[in-house]
Amino acid sequence: MSTFAAAASTTSTGEAFQFWVLAVVAVLGALGTVLSKKTVHSALCLAGTMIILAVFYLAQGAYFLGVVQIVVYTGAIMMLFLFVVMLVGITAADSLKETLKGQRWLAAGCGLGFGILLIAGIGNASLDTFAGLGQANAGGNVEGLARLIFTKYVWAFEITGALLITAVVGAMVLTHRERTEERSTQRELSIARVRAGTQVPPLPAPGVYARHNAVDVPGLLPDGTTSDLSVSATLRDRGQIRDVSNEALADLAELEQRSESWLERSAPEVTAPEEASK
Amino acid sequence: MENLIGLLVAVPLLGAAILLTGGRRLDRIGHWLGTILAAVSFGIGAVLFFDMLGKSGEDRAMYSHLFSWVPVGGFQADIGFQLDQLSMTFVLLISGVGTLIHIYSIGYMEHDERRRRFFGYLNLFVAAMLLLVIADNYFLLYVGWEGVGLASYLLIGFWQNKPSAATAAKKAFLVNRVGDVGLSIAIMLMFTTFGTFSFQPVLAHAGDASEGKLTAIGLMLLLAACGKSAQVPLQSWLGDAMEGPTPVSALIHAATMVTAGVYLITRSGAIFNGAPDAQVAVVTVGAVTLLFGAIVGCAKDDIKKALAGSTMSQIGYMIMAAGLGPIGYVFAIMHLVTHGFFKAGLFLGAGSVMHGMNDEVDMRKYGGLRTYMPVTFITFGLGYLAIIGFPGLSGFFSKDKIIEAAFAKGGTEGWILGGAALLGAAITAFYMTRVMLMTFFGEKRWEADAEGHEPHPHESPKSMTIPMIVLAFGSVFAGGLFSLNSSFLKWLEPVTGHEEGHSPLSATTVTAGTMVVLVIGVALAWLMYGRRAVPAVAPRGSLLTRAARRDLLQDDFNHVVLVRGGEHLTRSLVYLDHSLVDGAVNGTAAGVGGLSGRMRKLQNGYVRSYAVSMLGGTAVLIAATLLMRAV
Amino acid sequence: MNPVNYLYLAALLFTIGAAGVLIRRNAIIVFMCVELMLNACNLAFVTFSRMHGNLDGQIIAFFTMVVAAAEVVVGLAIIVTMFRSRHSASVDDANLMKL
Repeated sequence: MSTFAAAASTTSTGEAFQFWVLAVVAVLGALGTVLSKKTVHSALCLAGTMIILAVFYLAQGAYFLGVVQIVVYTGAIMMLFLFVVMLVGITAADSLKETLKGQRWLAAGCGLGFGILLIAGIGNASLDTFAGLGQANAGGNVEGLARLIFTKYVWAFEITGALLITAVVGAMVLTHRERTEERSTQRELSIARVRAGTQVPPLPAPGVYARHNAVDVPGLLPDGTTSDLSVSATLRDRGQIRDVSNEALADLAELEQRSESWLERSAPEVTAPEEASK
Repeated sequence: MENLIGLLVAVPLLGAAILLTGGRRLDRIGHWLGTILAAVSFGIGAVLFFDMLGKSGEDRAMYSHLFSWVPVGGFQADIGFQLDQLSMTFVLLISGVGTLIHIYSIGYMEHDERRRRFFGYLNLFVAAMLLLVIADNYFLLYVGWEGVGLASYLLIGFWQNKPSAATAAKKAFLVNRVGDVGLSIAIMLMFTTFGTFSFQPVLAHAGDASEGKLTAIGLMLLLAACGKSAQVPLQSWLGDAMEGPTPVSALIHAATMVTAGVYLITRSGAIFNGAPDAQVAVVTVGAVTLLFGAIVGCAKDDIKKALAGSTMSQIGYMIMAAGLGPIGYVFAIMHLVTHGFFKAGLFLGAGSVMHGMNDEVDMRKYGGLRTYMPVTFITFGLGYLAIIGFPGLSGFFSKDKIIEAAFAKGGTEGWILGGAALLGAAITAFYMTRVMLMTFFGEKRWEADAEGHEPHPHESPKSMTIPMIVLAFGSVFAGGLFSLNSSFLKWLEPVTGHEEGHSPLSATTVTAGTMVVLVIGVALAWLMYGRRAVPAVAPRGSLLTRAARRDLLQDDFNHVVLVRGGEHLTRSLVYLDHSLVDGAVNGTAAGVGGLSGRMRKLQNGYVRSYAVSMLGGTAVLIAATLLMRAV
Repeated sequence: MNPVNYLYLAALLFTIGAAGVLIRRNAIIVFMCVELMLNACNLAFVTFSRMHGNLDGQIIAFFTMVVAAAEVVVGLAIIVTMFRSRHSASVDDANLMKL
């Protein structure tokens, strides 16, 4: 980390260089968070921005916070986010198309106005002299913080403890699902399936071609068409079904042609089956 | 004795209640019940009268306080009665003539299937009218005032299946409302001025109030009197009111109800004495009406409407006399009583004629009836002589006194009033002679109607002729009896007070003048209707005649000025209401609604929209902070 | 370089995060944007700490982190629950809070 804590209105050149480089990356990360189509990308961008912020904390003499930022934010909170993205965001990417009329313009207007006013406010304030943390960090940053937390802010600290407990309990209450009825047995499920009559036998298995046994390849029905039911619903939702029916035909045609050229006789006309519908 | 006073009202009121709620089982005895109860009321009145006669002049008034009706702080409305000589006169007239007309109606309404109801209404009228004259405060008087208005409405529209009758009833009611508003305002003014509306304190302290207030009260009372007594400008309903059955015309619209205005003014004499301007208004109204009614009476071919014009005119005399102040009150009441006799008699005679003529009312279809209906002819003739003021008959005494009093008013005013009264007397003589000649003299002019029924004129039954005979006696002798030894004057003086006027003309001169105009009027009528044959179809006539046939254009005037004006006023008010008031209200509502609709869109349930508002708000706050710092 | 540039950066990041909250519909990304805003605040706090020469700003940033951790736990639990009942992580689908 570069020099810091000088009671002056300028920083060292190193810090300035670091700031200008990392600030640009941080803003790009923030923009990426806002503008990414996929949630995972957003989360990664945000993690990047947070790490850069951690660097800035360290640069400004907040060692403890810098470390906490990396450990708690980037390490814990962002991982929590990713877990939830896994749980929730498995559906198709979020569309960026605006549905609320005028929302985008209003948001842009308000955001711009707000940002300009905020920056104007900062520019307006006389923030020229920086005391620097040399004196405050003299006995060590962590010790200094600890002294404050356990003396001046002890009450807030304890309240924060209560808050965390409450949050944990709250999260558990919110996500806990109480089973109010007996889990239905396989027998009951099969009875229900027959009664409903929509899909009585087991679902067809995917990938029954010799060369494609991946789960994203639909199975082939006796009439030659593919069955979407054989592919998992998630892949179906994402539109990630791989249609290989024509590939097989092409292979067949190729085989025919090769045997024909080999046997030097004309092949019988093969009509391609109808293109499998999705 | 005082306890009997309340019974005067209670008995006919009970009759009305029984007859109107009793249903059809009373159809056969209803008319007798009504008549008997009216007669009982008259009997009670007579007992009270003789009791009163036994006392000296100043102590004759009787008071009876039944209960407090509306005791609210300073506002004390009581059910209480005051029976003094003035009230007594009216009680006897109302219950007496009322009873006679009940009897007459038994015969007249014999063929009407709703006769029971008719008698119920008649009893209601008698009760209300008696309440009006024996109330001891203006508030209770107002109750009676409205009661007679209601009875009048019900009876004018008794044949409600006839649109003309229904319309006439409505008209009478509406015009009367105008007057009633005047009375209610007068009562309110009295309450604010005197803190009470009982006769005794109000009249005793009338002198203490300012002249302006007295004038205002007086004018409002005059408005009330105009409405009820069919005086100009609220006279238009009386002619149409003749759509009612003839006994009703006789009782209500000749003898009693229409004289309520005279009673009101006489009763409130103390107020008018202190308000000369109001008195001028009263005499003006009276003088105008007496000429107005007389002119209308000359032109009408409908016998009842001619008599209605005459009634208007005669009440004009009374109002004028009452407006003259203490020199006229007594004569106003005296003329009222004699008029009650002879005009009721005339109407009953007219009813008798119609009864014999298949309900024909057009005098041009009568003629020469004297031989067919001798009793009617004689009684009607006596009434006729009385009304024109034939010497010795009752009208002579009472009208002569009024004319004298008018001259005695003094100054130019006296001459004008006296002149008007004399002119009125001449016209009265003319039109009554005309009625007499067209009805009972000359050739017969009736012919078969559309269905071929030729009328067979015949004398009416006893139940009808007897009341006529009794009233004829009254017409002949009442005036003389009253004037004998000035008995009526002495009787009423303690209540109304009396002053001898200083006429510029001697009594003899006035009487002579009256005789002269009387002869002129009669002679003129004889020349026009006696010597020449009366055409069966009315000639076109002069402009004045045509106007008089249309009641001197009063309805046209009302229509143009009041109805049209009212319509325009209403329309503009409706327009104003729609555009201005409703516009403001609806505009506000629409504005709020529209704004809310727009605001509602902000509340769209999308968290992101709310977040935008939050951010916008924060931006505004920052801007405000910066601005504050900048300032 | 004046350290005040850290503040400008914080403001910029905060604004970007706010815009993200307004624009994105995916609840998880919205949530990440909120985290971004919190981080921007923390940067400002640390910078203020340096400016004033005491550690109180860092303490506040520390508490912010703790609160953010708690918030993330609860918020993600809510998102999971919401997804479980609605099969969608779009904040626009939860729009019952209206007239």
